[in-house]
Formats: sequence, structure tokens, C-alpha cells
Amino acid sequence: MAADGDFAARAHAALGNAEVRANFRRAMDGLMAKRAAQFTDPQAWAQTRARGAAIKRRVLARLPELLERLEARCEANGIRVHWAETTGDANRIVLGILQEAGARTVVKGKSMVSEEMHLNAFLDRHGITAVESDLGEYIIQLAGEMPSHIVMPCIHKNKGDIARLFAEHIEGQGYTEDVAELTAAARRVLRSKFAAADAGISGVNFAVAETGTLVLIENEGNGRLSTTLPPLHIAVTGIEKLVETLDDIPPLLALLPRSATGQAVTTYVNMISGPRRDGEKDGPRAVHLVLLDNGRSRVYADAELRDTLRCIRCGACMNHCPVYARVGGHTYDAVYPGPIGKILTPQLAGLDAAGDLPHASSLCNACVEVCPVQIPIADILVRLRREAVRPSDTPAVKGAGAKRAPLEALAWAAWRWMYATPALYRLGSRLMARFGNRIPERLPPLNRWTGVRTRPRFAGRTLHDLARDKGYDDA
Amino acid sequence: MPANPTPPAERPHTVYYFGTCLVDLFYPEAGLAGMELLRREGLRVVFPQDQSCCGQPARNTGLFEEARAVARTQFRAFPEPWPIIVPSGSCAGMMRVHYPQLFADEPDRAEAEAFAARVYELTWFLVHALDVRLRDTGEPVRVTWHPSCHSMREMGVTDEPKRLLRSLANVELVENPRERECCGFGGTFSVRQPEVSGAMVADKIAAVSATGAAEMLTGDCGCLMNIDGAMSKAGTPMGRRHIAEFLMERCHGR
Amino acid sequence: MMPDARTAILARLRAAPRGAAPELPPWTPPVYAPEDRLTRFRTMMEAWRGEVHEVDSATWPDRLRSILHNKGVRTVLHAPATEHGRRLAGAWAGQAEAPRLLAYDRPVEAMKDDLVHEADAAVTGTLGGIAETGSLILWPTPEEPRLMSLLPPVHVALLARSAIRDTLAATAAEEGWAGRMPTNLLLVSGPSKTADIEQTLAFGVHGPKELVVLVLSDL
Repeated sequence: MAADGDFAARAHAALGNAEVRANFRRAMDGLMAKRAAQFTDPQAWAQTRARGAAIKRRVLARLPELLERLEARCEANGIRVHWAETTGDANRIVLGILQEAGARTVVKGKSMVSEEMHLNAFLDRHGITAVESDLGEYIIQLAGEMPSHIVMPCIHKNKGDIARLFAEHIEGQGYTEDVAELTAAARRVLRSKFAAADAGISGVNFAVAETGTLVLIENEGNGRLSTTLPPLHIAVTGIEKLVETLDDIPPLLALLPRSATGQAVTTYVNMISGPRRDGEKDGPRAVHLVLLDNGRSRVYADAELRDTLRCIRCGACMNHCPVYARVGGHTYDAVYPGPIGKILTPQLAGLDAAGDLPHASSLCNACVEVCPVQIPIADILVRLRREAVRPSDTPAVKGAGAKRAPLEALAWAAWRWMYATPALYRLGSRLMARFGNRIPERLPPLNRWTGVRTRPRFAGRTLHDLARDKGYDDA
Repeated sequence: MPANPTPPAERPHTVYYFGTCLVDLFYPEAGLAGMELLRREGLRVVFPQDQSCCGQPARNTGLFEEARAVARTQFRAFPEPWPIIVPSGSCAGMMRVHYPQLFADEPDRAEAEAFAARVYELTWFLVHALDVRLRDTGEPVRVTWHPSCHSMREMGVTDEPKRLLRSLANVELVENPRERECCGFGGTFSVRQPEVSGAMVADKIAAVSATGAAEMLTGDCGCLMNIDGAMSKAGTPMGRRHIAEFLMERCHGR
Repeated sequence: MMPDARTAILARLRAAPRGAAPELPPWTPPVYAPEDRLTRFRTMMEAWRGEVHEVDSATWPDRLRSILHNKGVRTVLHAPATEHGRRLAGAWAGQAEAPRLLAYDRPVEAMKDDLVHEADAAVTGTLGGIAETGSLILWPTPEEPRLMSLLPPVHVALLARSAIRDTLAATAAEEGWAGRMPTNLLLVSGPSKTADIEQTLAFGVHGPKELVVLVLSDL
């Protein structure tokens, strides 16, 4: 088997950066402890996550009907709904709305879908400036980087990194590592951006089909500002981000922030059910909702892979992932890192482009244990490993079969023959036990094992033989 | 979701032992110790010579046909309705949790489910089915426990091995605050992502060593092979063994 | 002709195998004894670094004046067409040491500078409170717009003690929110905060730096 290429190369670089590793380790330890403190009653946790999972499974079971219902309710509330097949389409829709309104500057609340669209770069090419206003997103925008975590985008940076960035980019700002001062500097800069913005763009945590409501949660208030102060609000979201009823919101809110950051509730829960009405003094005069597919309907087509779409983007899977904690978010080279990224990215981008991701896991199940909507991440990883080498019939994953390796297949055929033929296995294992230690260490995969370990020592005699000698019955 | 097994309705007279392929080749003494522990509880222990591997390597690679072929070999090797005891949470998890999934659309689904329902992890079985009482005959020693991911998260084995260790009068169990973190083995993961796996096992050794224990015990020889190999390379002066061997030595002097 | 995106997406979703919709398993949000609600609310709100003051319904404007005086607040945004807005204006009228009142009585476009830069604090009512999470329920109206609770550095919220409920789930269901959602409905649990820099808490990153809750005794 081949050492897995691109991910391994990027991991090599990440593992060599002691500072970034320490940043991640400290952050992940803190987040795990805070989450654990929120779910101390195992029965309550089991009950709430079972409810959360069922809510999302019900949504997926009736996704087309609920999307139509959401659209109708939003339109009745005055929210214009747009549908986009691809990120390119979504970008063009957003640009069209902005151009029609004559908008030149945009403030953005946090939105992973807009990252998926690479919206800022697109708008920039069309003469529209988009400023990220979530503090973490603002920091990485200044640094010209991608988020390294879906909830805490600049978690890879420490105070010193941020102090240098601010001193360099913010006029009149000296070098300081004081977090309160850094935060105040960002407030000062971004306040004026909010006041001057022609439009606000946000994501959506939950879209409620029953009421045509967009639910956004956050701690900073930049999401509220982006969706309240400018005259135009555009929300972008994936087609899977909806729930059926308003009653579905409380249990999901009981899961999302506690799983994400160990908070019982975020500072703000912002429920938007329409633009400013007659007589109201603030709020945007127009609200648009862009529903993005970008491969999600293809994920949906497979009954097992569909579970991927339950995700509520809490990030608990990455916070608890021993691989993510060591290599950090950028190693995944994708908008969605960590375990959820390892199953989502190959399905959206294709196994030909991201087929090494499903193998970048020890299948330890830590993510499965904490997922608040019970996504069987490990099973989906294995399914994607399968699709990469042995595609199922329609509907297959994009790029299925891209990792076919005839030599490897041959080795597995031999393995099967030996392990499924008892007499052959006994002979083979006896020979291995006796002579295995003579296998040269330079041969793969042994050479990839011995970098940090001594080689395993074959025992000389197998348990089969020892058991027989000790008089254990065979039947 | 971890399996939530219930012990057999009655204390069995006979049990099967599934040694696992790693134990077969690398740690047969550990396998033998598990069988001895069961035998000394008065059970007849049957070791079918036709057994080989649970099929997990193929399944985790996505090669379900190969995994099923090897699994079927085990169905034939363990025909009687006796409990199947496994000295590995990972192999037990493969058989208990994944066989039913793997055979969901197969004609022999019922056979797979019946087989899966008979599978128990060794320490869990000692505690819940046999209610073992251990008498410590050894010198005072300080040990720490390394649980495997699949024993915890697939087989629901959490406190059982520690309970066995705590019941030994002269054994002090020092818990590793990072014990729930993967050691980085992950089967083919260790050679597909050698550097990430290497970083994980290096951290594991550091955390295990920080307990100050003289010896690390585990219930899974996959983890053991990984941690043992890394400790040897790093020259870590700490004992490491399968828990079955340790219990045999403490209580039965070998 | 290519089908439009909506048609194409919905067609693909409809072509996929239908899964059965599972029943919702039971989920029971917590219930508190009526006398425990305020305690729980206060504990949680204080955990979010909100200030909670129990005040007398008859004299709260005086109490508020001294609280704001201690914070150095000079200009207070208020909603003149609400009952509490009128109370405030009436009580503070002619008091030399009372902060200057700024009325939110025009559309945001007409007073953006004042809202963004001038007001040191704002006083709003609330629809109620949530004991479980220490949250305020804000239901902005034409008289009391959305931005009041967001732009000034200090947000003062009036909360009737009897309006503290157990949970969001119970409140939304009992009050039939689903049939009458306003353009914007908010839950607010403490002042604006961030932990984006090394998980270190900092307050007032975008919204209010301080949240003052006046719990009004019932008449």
C-alpha cells in the first residue's frame, strides 16, 4: 500500500512546526474539557443527541418537500429565495443582487458556505470589497489564510502572531499582546466598516421550514450587525441546513454550542423572519437566501452517505480528533477539516481530488462518540475507502475508483486466500512465526513502521501450536 | 455506538477462544494467558484450530468481500452456541459490531448476527459473566492502563479491566489522564500516515510514562505492538504487557 | 434548454431513495419550581457576565440612574413610545445629574451616526427571560427597534420577574411563537464576547460590553 501522498506531505510540514502544534494542543485540550463539563449526565446527553439525530434524519427523509415549504414560507415573509447548483452559480447570484443594489462594500458574518464559494475573492475580482467581521475570520483575512477550524478559524494563531498582524495592518496600532486591547482595536476598525457597508452577508445555522426563519447563533454580535445594520442582507446556506419546525430548534440549540465550545448557549440567538416591515426603524430593507447544492444532492442520493448531511457544523469531531490535534486544520487543504471534512470533502470535491483523506484516520471513533447528531463518521470513512478502490453501482461517489491499485488488489486476494483457508493459514502463520523476523526491514510496509518503532518480533511459535500443546480442545 | 452486551443467561461450562491473528504471530503468550485465566475459573476452553482472523484489516480498507470470506471461515470454525471470548477489544468490536453491518444484505445474515451476539471481550467477560475474584500473590507494583479505542467505543469496555486491577491487593493503578486518546496504531493507518501515527504514539508514550508506573497494561495487542515498538525504539524503561499475562503472573505465579 | 437550478436540484433529491422518517424520541427540557427560576436565571446570567439587579417596579428609573452614573454613562438611547420609555423620560426629566436621553424615533438611516457613535447605553424592555440558560427574550417592535440592544456599549434590559420562564422550548410552545414570528427575535445571554484569540475571553468585541438586567418586582 502506498503512503498517502498529499496529506502526508502537508502533515510532515505541520508536525515540524512546534509552535502551531502547541497552539492546537492547548486549544483542543481546553475545548474537550469544556464540552465534557456540559454533558455530565450521560442519560440526558443520550436523550438529547437521539432527538437531534432524529430531527435531522426526519429532515433528510423529506428534504425536497421541506425545501419547497421553506421557500414558500420565506417568500411569504418577504425573503427572496435563490437556488444555486454550483459555487460559481451561487457567486453569480450574490454578485447580481449586490450589483442591482449598487453595493460596493460588504460586511460578512461567519459562513462556511461562503468559504466553500471563495466568495470574497470572487467579489474582489468584481470590484466589491468584502470584510470579514467575526474576529477570527477578520484575523485570517488580514493574514491571507484559510480558516483552520470551522468554529474557531484562527485557532492556529497565538497572541504574538495576532499582535504582529494588527500592528502591521491597522493604522495607529502598536504591538500589543493584550487580548482586550487587540479586541478593542478590531471593534474600532470594524465598527466603521459596519456603519458604511452597503450589504451584509451571513451564513445560516438552521433554516426553519415551518416559519421561514433563519436562525444564526454567535457570541460576538457581528452576525447581528451584518444582518441588521446594512440595508441589504444576503444569507448563503447549504440545502441540508434546514429543520422542519420551530420546536426542533431548542433541542438543537441544546446540542450545538455545548458541543462546539462548551457553552450552554451562545450570547446571541438571532432569528430572522423577514426584512424590515412598514413602520420598523431598522433591519435590512431586503433579505435574500441563497440555497447551495454544490454536490450535496449527489451525497443525498446514497442512503448511507446521506448521513453526512446531518452535520450541524459544531466542530466537536475535530476538537476530539487525535489526528486533527496534531496536524491542524490547514493540513486538510480544504474548507472543512477534521473528521467531518474527511467524509465531506471527498464527496464534494471527488475521490480523485481528495481520496487520501478517508485514510488519514486511525478509525478511533472519538468523533463518533461526541457527534451530537450521531453521524457514523468512521463507517462513512470506510465506505469512502471502498468507493475509492471498488466503486459501487450507481449512484457512486464523484471520482469513485480513482485509487484503484492492481498490485494492492492482488495482495488482498492472496490475503483472502490464506486467511479463508484454515490449513493454508496454519501453514503460513507457522512459517511466518518461524521465519518472519528475517524479512528485511527496508521492505514496505515495514520501512514505514520502523521510523519511530522497532520492528514487531515474530514469536517463533503460533498460539495455534501452543494451544494444541497445552491440551486445549479443538472442538 | 458501543455494543451493550448482556452476559449469557447462565454461567457457561464451555467457551470458545478466538486468539486473533496478531496474538497468533506476535503475542501467543498473552493469548495463552487469557485461556489459562478462563480455564482456572473452571471453564472448558475450546480453541478451534480452523480460526484465523476477524477480517478487520480488509473491512477497514473497504474490501468487504474479502472481509466476508474470512468472516465466514470463522463462522465455520465456531459452530457451537458457546460464547466466543476475545483477548482484544478491537477484534471483538469487528465481530460484534461490524459483522451484522457487513452481512446486512447477505443470505447468511442471520448466521452473522448470531455469531456476533456470542462475542465477548476477555476482561468484560471475566467481570460480568464470571464475576472473578482475584488473589494477588505478587510484590507491590504500580501500573497504568491503556484502553484501546475499540474496546471503549465499540465494545463498551471502560472500567472492567481497571476493576480487575484495583481488586489486586499489591497493585496500585495510576490512571493516565490522556488514556482515552488513540495511540496511533489504526492498522494500515500506521504505515499509510507514518508520521502522524508516529506523533501520536510519541505523545502516548509521554503520557503513559508521566504516570510514573512501572508497567503499562493493555487489552489489545495492536496497541501493544505499536506502543511496545515505539518504547523500544525510544529506550523507554517501562514494562508493557497484555493484561492477561499480568493477571496470570500476579495470581497464579506465571 | 437547461432546467433551472431549483428544478434540477429538487428532481435529483426526488430521484434519490426515500428513507423512512423516524419518530422523534422523547426529549424533556428541565423544569424548575417557580421560586427557583430567578435564582437559576441570575446564576446563569452572571456566569455570562451579565449584571442582575433586583429593583422595585415603582422606583427603577432612580436606581438605574445611579447604576449608569457609576459607569460614567452620559447618553442613553431609549424608546420614547414604549411605556418604560415614557417612565424613564418622566422620571429623569429635570434631574440635573441624569444622563441625556436620546430617542430612537426615526429610521436608522436618519440617525446612524448617533446610534453608532453617540449613545453610551440603551434601555429596552424584554418579552421575558429563560431560567435554564440565563437568556433574555427580545422581541423588537417598531417602537423599540433591533439595534438598541446591539450598538451602544451598555445594554440595560428590563425584565419582569414573573416573565422568567423555564426553557426556550416551553416558552416558544406555550406562547405559540411559530404562528407569529416577528421580523427579528433574539435571545441574549450576556454581553458580546469572543474567545478567538487563544481562547481568552474578551467582552464587547462588536456588541455591548456590558449587559445590565433590571429584574422588576411584580406589582
